[in-house]
Amino acid sequence: MGLITFFLLVLFAITSFYLGYFRSNRVRVIEKQRPFSLDKYYGYYLAIWSVVPAVIILFAILIFDGFIVKNYVLSEFYSQGIDQSEISLLFTQIENTRNGIKLFNSEDEIIVNAVNKLNYIEGIFDITSIITVFSVSGLFLLYGYRKINLNFDARLVVEKFILIGFFLCSLIAILVTVGIIFSLLYETVRFFSQVPILDFLFGTNWSPQRAFVRDASDAADIENAFGAVPLFSGTFLIAFIAMCVSIPVGLLTAIYMSEYAKSSVRNTAKPIIEILAGIPTVVYGFFAVITIAPFIRSLGGSIGLDVSSESALAAGLVMGIMIIPFVSSLSDDVISSVPQSLREGSYAMGATKSETIKKVIIPAALPGIIGSFLLAVSRAIGETMIVVMAAGLVANLTANPLEASTTITTQIVVILIGDQEFDSPKTMSAFALGLTLFVMTLILNFIALRVVKKYTEKYE
Amino acid sequence: MNSNSLKISNENLKRRLNAERRFKFYGVIAISLALIFVLILFTNIISKGYSAFYRTLIEIKIEFNDKVQPEMFKQMSDTEINKLDLYSFSKKNIYSNFPDIEKKSDKKKIIKLFSIEFEEEIKIYINKNKNNLGNTINLYISASDDIDQIHKGNYSRDIPEERRRVSNFQLSIYDELVGQNKVKFEFNLPFFSRGDSREAELAGLGGSLIGSFFTMIIVLLLSFPFGLFGAIYLEEFSKRNRFTDFIEININNLAAVPSIVFGLLGLGILLNTFELPRSTALVGGITLSLMTLPTIIIATRASLRSVPPSIREGALAVGASKVQTVMHHVVPLALPGSITGTIIGIARALGETAPLLLIGMVAFIVDVPSSPLDPSTSLPVQAYLWNDSAERAYEEKTSAAIIILLSFLILFNLIAVFIRRKFETKW
Repeated sequence: MGLITFFLLVLFAITSFYLGYFRSNRVRVIEKQRPFSLDKYYGYYLAIWSVVPAVIILFAILIFDGFIVKNYVLSEFYSQGIDQSEISLLFTQIENTRNGIKLFNSEDEIIVNAVNKLNYIEGIFDITSIITVFSVSGLFLLYGYRKINLNFDARLVVEKFILIGFFLCSLIAILVTVGIIFSLLYETVRFFSQVPILDFLFGTNWSPQRAFVRDASDAADIENAFGAVPLFSGTFLIAFIAMCVSIPVGLLTAIYMSEYAKSSVRNTAKPIIEILAGIPTVVYGFFAVITIAPFIRSLGGSIGLDVSSESALAAGLVMGIMIIPFVSSLSDDVISSVPQSLREGSYAMGATKSETIKKVIIPAALPGIIGSFLLAVSRAIGETMIVVMAAGLVANLTANPLEASTTITTQIVVILIGDQEFDSPKTMSAFALGLTLFVMTLILNFIALRVVKKYTEKYE
Repeated sequence: MNSNSLKISNENLKRRLNAERRFKFYGVIAISLALIFVLILFTNIISKGYSAFYRTLIEIKIEFNDKVQPEMFKQMSDTEINKLDLYSFSKKNIYSNFPDIEKKSDKKKIIKLFSIEFEEEIKIYINKNKNNLGNTINLYISASDDIDQIHKGNYSRDIPEERRRVSNFQLSIYDELVGQNKVKFEFNLPFFSRGDSREAELAGLGGSLIGSFFTMIIVLLLSFPFGLFGAIYLEEFSKRNRFTDFIEININNLAAVPSIVFGLLGLGILLNTFELPRSTALVGGITLSLMTLPTIIIATRASLRSVPPSIREGALAVGASKVQTVMHHVVPLALPGSITGTIIGIARALGETAPLLLIGMVAFIVDVPSSPLDPSTSLPVQAYLWNDSAERAYEEKTSAAIIILLSFLILFNLIAVFIRRKFETKW
């Protein structure tokens, strides 16, 4: 039905376009004078009138029809006083039976009746909605058609419509942000109504799988199960290891690229290093699990250290490799934008190239470089797949990089992967973690972007 | 200048030049390290994964008997043949290929040399050739994943028998088969068409390839038009005020939000509030397109900005309206840049895993999805799932999935570079 409606609408739009087009043509012939706008604008004008209201109505139907149909089919059960959860179970059974899935009660009279009722009402609904949509759009079409005359400026209306459309598109970015904040906040607030916020932020024990409220005596369990400190510590430990790899390598790469390398070296090496940024994180995760972790394990074993098979070190190292291009390309931009006059001044004083870099260029570029580090840190904190695959799943408050430790992102995945229990503090805690992560990265990004922007402006 | 101070400054200069050389050397080391990482990563994954593109088959002879006659298949439809129970028939026929083995436990080990779905494979063969079946047929059926790994040399034979998954007896049978030239090693075409499976030798990428395809189509359909139009509005029509500044900050921040947060958005809004179907490419596509949108907007704005004002002024001067100027003259010139950004954004979305884990696209799905409303996985998620499997054979599968994924990404990026080189005008 969706596809048919879609094609009908397209057909309708094309017809309306030509209706407007020829109408404007006719006006020209009859009045012996050119109408205000080009013919095609009258066509667009009618096409807009015929399709836009129809689409809006269709969307409204799409949103509400499931609800109405469900209520109609279930109305008799409501009147019998069956409780809510049973009814929704019943409806799933009805739908499944209709879709040809055999169930234990598929033969029951109630279900068979309900399925018939469902098919019947949906049939009616489909037909009536098509009729409504097209009659409404016909009415609008008529209205638009009658408005076309010599002095009517269709172009103005069409352009206004286009502008409004573009404006709405640009609002999506805000909508997404609002959506993120709303979905995170909603669950987080509910979570903090069950778990005190201070316990979450400062508790040192994270074991959400323990938190089931069966009776009042379990309440203590909840309070002790959601201490996120081990997750914070794990996150920062791994991010720290990653930065230990990516800052020296990335920064030195950037310096060499922008100050020393010949353009031929630069043109080949730079894209290859950029490849690192384009590799999906699941690939890094796999690399960490299959190559780096066993390597570290055997290396540790050979000097008598006990390394666990999932370690913060393996995850951090690989994450560091991933972040190298972020640091190097951002720092490269920043270093390249240091004015040439500073370099020349330093050379004129007899400084060598490395002295110039260390004493003039880096200090001049420092704010921008720090900005790039901050962006890299926020990238490291938000990274998910590498830590899910390589860092371990159990919360463990430790500063030892050779042990398994877990991160905020890992726990979100662990909690929400597979089927979730609704309304359990466990599920909601993932959203609280998400909000924490969102706020942390937001602050880091905000500061970093500010710093970089201010810095680049300084030398422009 | 006396000779002493000259000596000092000479030594000083030497030290400074050494420091210079050292510093430059550090830079070379850093770059080589980064390049070596790239090299190791690629060689590692390719060397682990290429063998998954081949599969091992073993030839067996099947003799029809009174109960199962070749003629009876002629009248049967495909589904009827599929419903037949040929299990014991197939099993007996496999045994009769090894007449020397009589012990029951040994027979069981023989069966383990073959894929667990041997009955299916025999049926498929019969179905294909139902009109010209002789009384005996020779066909190849898949070896079990362990034998497959042995044949590829991924399992070492040196491991003591009790820790090896293939017993000495099975190895000797396998060697015998190789000696009789009954083992075939061929390109693993079904790997690209089959869905996931619990049996490593049968697991394929087909389902996740189609899932990724649907997801990317939805990402393209949603994020490109919205991103393009939004960027046009912000760059060409909006007046600079607090509100548009706010939109801009929003877009920049969204571009840096961790991908997993988009997964939470998809779960909280799309699944829980709008009750869209779980695990589907539709929801995955919407979630990823929200993530891709900022990339496209930023790329499009940059390329709109690079169109020189003279183009706009020229169009305005001959009487075009503002909208006509933008749509007829500015946007076509900026389109290559926008398309390049879109392709790069889509390549990123294709490799994205974390948000899909939260909206349930990680289920074990055997069927190849036929529409965006069917439950499905995607290519990187499939790699993640296989990586989680305990069996060694999945390791090469994971690498193979990653090789395919990386080839797609490289392809996308090459296309983007091509479009940029070919169509972008430098002003």
